[in-house]
Amino acid sequence: MQYHRPASFAEASDLAAHATGITRFLAGGTDVLVQLRSEIVTPDTLIDIKAIDGVRDITRHADGSWTLGVAVTGAEMSEHPQLGREWPGVVEAMDLIGSTQIQGRATPVGNLCNGSPAADSVPAMVAAGVMATVTGPNGDRVVAVEDIPTGPGKTSLAQGELISALHIPARGANGGDAYLRFIPRTEMDIAVVGVGVNLRVDGDTITEARVALGAVAPTVLLVEDCARALIGTTLDDAALAALAASASAACKPIDDKRGTIEFRTEVAGVLAKRAAKIAYARAKGETA
Amino acid sequence: MALDDRKSHFTFVGTRPNRPDGLDKVTGRARFGADVTAPGMLFGAILRSPHAHARIVRIDTSKAEAHRDVKAVVTRADFADVPFKPGLEGEFWNVLENVMAGEKALYDGHAVAAVAASSALAARDALKLIEVEYEVLPHVTDVDKAMAPDAPVIREGAADYSVPEGMHPNVVRYHESGHGDVEAGFAEADLVIEDHFVTEATHQGYIEPHACLASLGADGKGELWCCTQGHWIVQKTCAALLGIETAQLRVTASEIGGGFGGKTTVFIEPVALALSRKANRPVKIVMSRSEVLRATGPTASASMDVKIGMKKDGTITAAQGVFRLQGGAFPGAPGDMTAMCAFAPYNLTNVRQVGYDVMSNRPKQAAYRAPGAPMGAFAVESVIDELCKKLGLDPVEVRLKNAVREGTKASYGPTYDRIGLVETLEAAKAHPHYSAPLKPGQGRGVACGFWFNHGGETSVSLALSEDGSAQLMVGTPDIGGSRASMALMAAEVLGIPYENIRVTIADTATLGYNDVSHGSRVTYASGLATIKAAQHAVEKLCERAAAKWGIPVDAVKWENGCAVPSGPNAGDFDPLPLAEITADMGRTGGPISGHFEATPEGAGVSFGTHIVDAEVDPETGKTSITRYTVIQDAGKAIHPAYVEGQFQGGAAQGIGWALNEEYIYGEDGRLQNPVFLDYRIPVASDLPMIDTVIVEVPNPGHPFGVRGVGETGIVPPLAAIANAVSNAAGVRMRQLPMSPPRILAALKGNG
Repeated sequence: MQYHRPASFAEASDLAAHATGITRFLAGGTDVLVQLRSEIVTPDTLIDIKAIDGVRDITRHADGSWTLGVAVTGAEMSEHPQLGREWPGVVEAMDLIGSTQIQGRATPVGNLCNGSPAADSVPAMVAAGVMATVTGPNGDRVVAVEDIPTGPGKTSLAQGELISALHIPARGANGGDAYLRFIPRTEMDIAVVGVGVNLRVDGDTITEARVALGAVAPTVLLVEDCARALIGTTLDDAALAALAASASAACKPIDDKRGTIEFRTEVAGVLAKRAAKIAYARAKGETA
Repeated sequence: MALDDRKSHFTFVGTRPNRPDGLDKVTGRARFGADVTAPGMLFGAILRSPHAHARIVRIDTSKAEAHRDVKAVVTRADFADVPFKPGLEGEFWNVLENVMAGEKALYDGHAVAAVAASSALAARDALKLIEVEYEVLPHVTDVDKAMAPDAPVIREGAADYSVPEGMHPNVVRYHESGHGDVEAGFAEADLVIEDHFVTEATHQGYIEPHACLASLGADGKGELWCCTQGHWIVQKTCAALLGIETAQLRVTASEIGGGFGGKTTVFIEPVALALSRKANRPVKIVMSRSEVLRATGPTASASMDVKIGMKKDGTITAAQGVFRLQGGAFPGAPGDMTAMCAFAPYNLTNVRQVGYDVMSNRPKQAAYRAPGAPMGAFAVESVIDELCKKLGLDPVEVRLKNAVREGTKASYGPTYDRIGLVETLEAAKAHPHYSAPLKPGQGRGVACGFWFNHGGETSVSLALSEDGSAQLMVGTPDIGGSRASMALMAAEVLGIPYENIRVTIADTATLGYNDVSHGSRVTYASGLATIKAAQHAVEKLCERAAAKWGIPVDAVKWENGCAVPSGPNAGDFDPLPLAEITADMGRTGGPISGHFEATPEGAGVSFGTHIVDAEVDPETGKTSITRYTVIQDAGKAIHPAYVEGQFQGGAAQGIGWALNEEYIYGEDGRLQNPVFLDYRIPVASDLPMIDTVIVEVPNPGHPFGVRGVGETGIVPPLAAIANAVSNAAGVRMRQLPMSPPRILAALKGNG
């Protein structure tokens, strides 16, 4: 196994582009090292990206948008004084992953690139409209987060490409987001269903909405029908029922050790309603 | 010495001093199974079958043997052809077959070969060089399917004499007992309910994986360090499997990170010894969590039918149960225990119980706290709850009305001595929990549970030091605070402070045979032996005092740590403290020790009653346990904090078993969830504070009244939680675990 510690993303990209066999990028390592130790994935090339300048930075830009470095951890996001006030759903979703120890290592970029449909931070990021800068042999491109995973354990990143930053849009006025997941326990578990909701209101009326579902299909889903069920409503009972129905209708889950098709389909609707209520209250400036 | 809660004629017993192993454990100084090394040590790794059932056509180890870092490779051939004790029989043969497969791999994870190499990584890589050709056979993992006529046969001829003719060869033991006429009893009932119940296998879930360090020379002399609940059974079994003499293998028990019954047998120890013998180097093996879940013993899974008749006043007129337990690819599922415990709390005129031990393509089941009893209690106590509900009766009153007492003939045969079931039920009725209001969406459940408890072979030595301190050597690994309780009992007899006594778990070379720490036997049996050994030392102390004073030994008695004249006629001598006698012991007759060995028979059965509140989310089927109270008879609590810990531990493991823990097998017969992410034991935040009430109805079979407390605490939870969940959800849950998908499906099915 080759271990590299490049000083720039261009160098990291170059190393990956010329590597043979299995390549993994090492940030927090909470998936890569676990898979390595349990012989699920034994990389031939391991590229540690934590030595690159700025990878631990959380930056708020003048327009209110944010850039997160690729080695920013869940703990750093949770402890940031302003990020969680503007994007509580994104921060809470990341914070649900693992234990306190894992929070000190795990990164949202790693969570995204691991390609798990049950990744907690991903539905929240998709709902928030987070974008990723992808650095590759031909330079940088900017991609919506929902376009990164293509199936369980798979991403749209080509050989030599890696994510070099995440961009969270400006929160703006009257917006709120929320993420809820279902697990049979209270923590230290993996989502059986996850729902991220991000919306904006004008008075009591929802004007913008994005709803993303996790663990109910091969990838995290951005569900347009759910957004349509919300926009123009005051989140009344009919809107909530339509939201739940759209969420359940979008599910294409599997039966496995973590849950059944029927359960995931039903609970996706339930959680969509509950997450929408929280996001709505937040958008209106109420505590939730 | 904390004496602030002293409230009995005991000085030390019943107090709550700090645990003697506390500092070691919080500082990392304690040495667990994986914490030792030896010069020249190799690392062992085990190749395991990916198939649930397969004939092993050929194993080619040549490539692994050629690997530069590999020093030994073993297969079954390295065990079977032994010069000493050829032809293993009975349980030894079963254990051998389990630790290294013979002609067939019998379950996913069954060991088929092992290597020892100079690094753990090299050992792991070398496993990939071993070529095994399998002929995959049909498999069965479900207990009911394993009993069906068309089920694949795990092993012909495994059944014993007890099995009625015409049963499938996978049924290997049969138990039937009871008394009275159940049909007549059912005819007398105002309401009869019969239901079918299913529980899935669960693992003991000890946090420390199995680990050992073995060294065995060509001279047949060996040393073994391992985490175990009983090192004499390890010694005996390993010696038999390797064909060496028992006394030539010295086994030391490490500090243990949980066992719960699962570490009462061997898995990796004989393999490490065989590798060591072949490599002529010490070999260490440490299991991964996946190996623990795939290849060590979970509890049995169960399929049960229970029928109970009740009169309108709550009197049970008859009870009948059929309990089918699947225990993996070997005999041993405790269907007999399930049957015998199921109705044990109730005074029944008419009762009949049947238990089956069934084999399937799963790992060999191992003991798990009161093996077999929790499943039966789940079925029986659920039916009683349903009867109470339909007849409008209070579940505690009904249990009190039917409760067994001293002199009652037990459902499984004998007549009870002094027991404390009624006292636990009275305490439940009086407990504020039982009358506390419930919120909407919550339900309350109660259940009783019974366990036999055990005595077992026990040997204890105590040696006094010149300065008046004492060292106590016991042979039962400390899995629940026994070093503290032994020191308290010895302190009580010797009259010296708890802190002046050091308790050591002696190795097999330094003490006589001791049965494993199981059957809730340690505080009872090792405690009894400790008391007797201390009394033996006291006799000698009195002899030295008598000699010094020149009076007969029967004129000396022991009081508060001193020899004193037994009465005014014995003479006028100042009390002679223990330390003054030991200071001179070298000159007055030599070292003073006490010893005791026996197989005590008066363990004293134990009962408990649990009260549980559960809340069910009707939209997701998710359960939270909002309140939990354990009430159990401890006979006499030697160290009450440890007793409470045992109660709480039983409840915690019961919550896991009831709600989310389960062995999930795929169609291919492979275990789907061999990691703690998906084998869902409760996390700390899943548990409520677990309240405890220690009932003390002294056991006449122990000098201080002790009853074992380790196992009874896991008997009522499955039932109590199921009753609470069923009452909260408004639908009866008859299958464990009551996972959210199962509860949501039941809620939908209900309307």
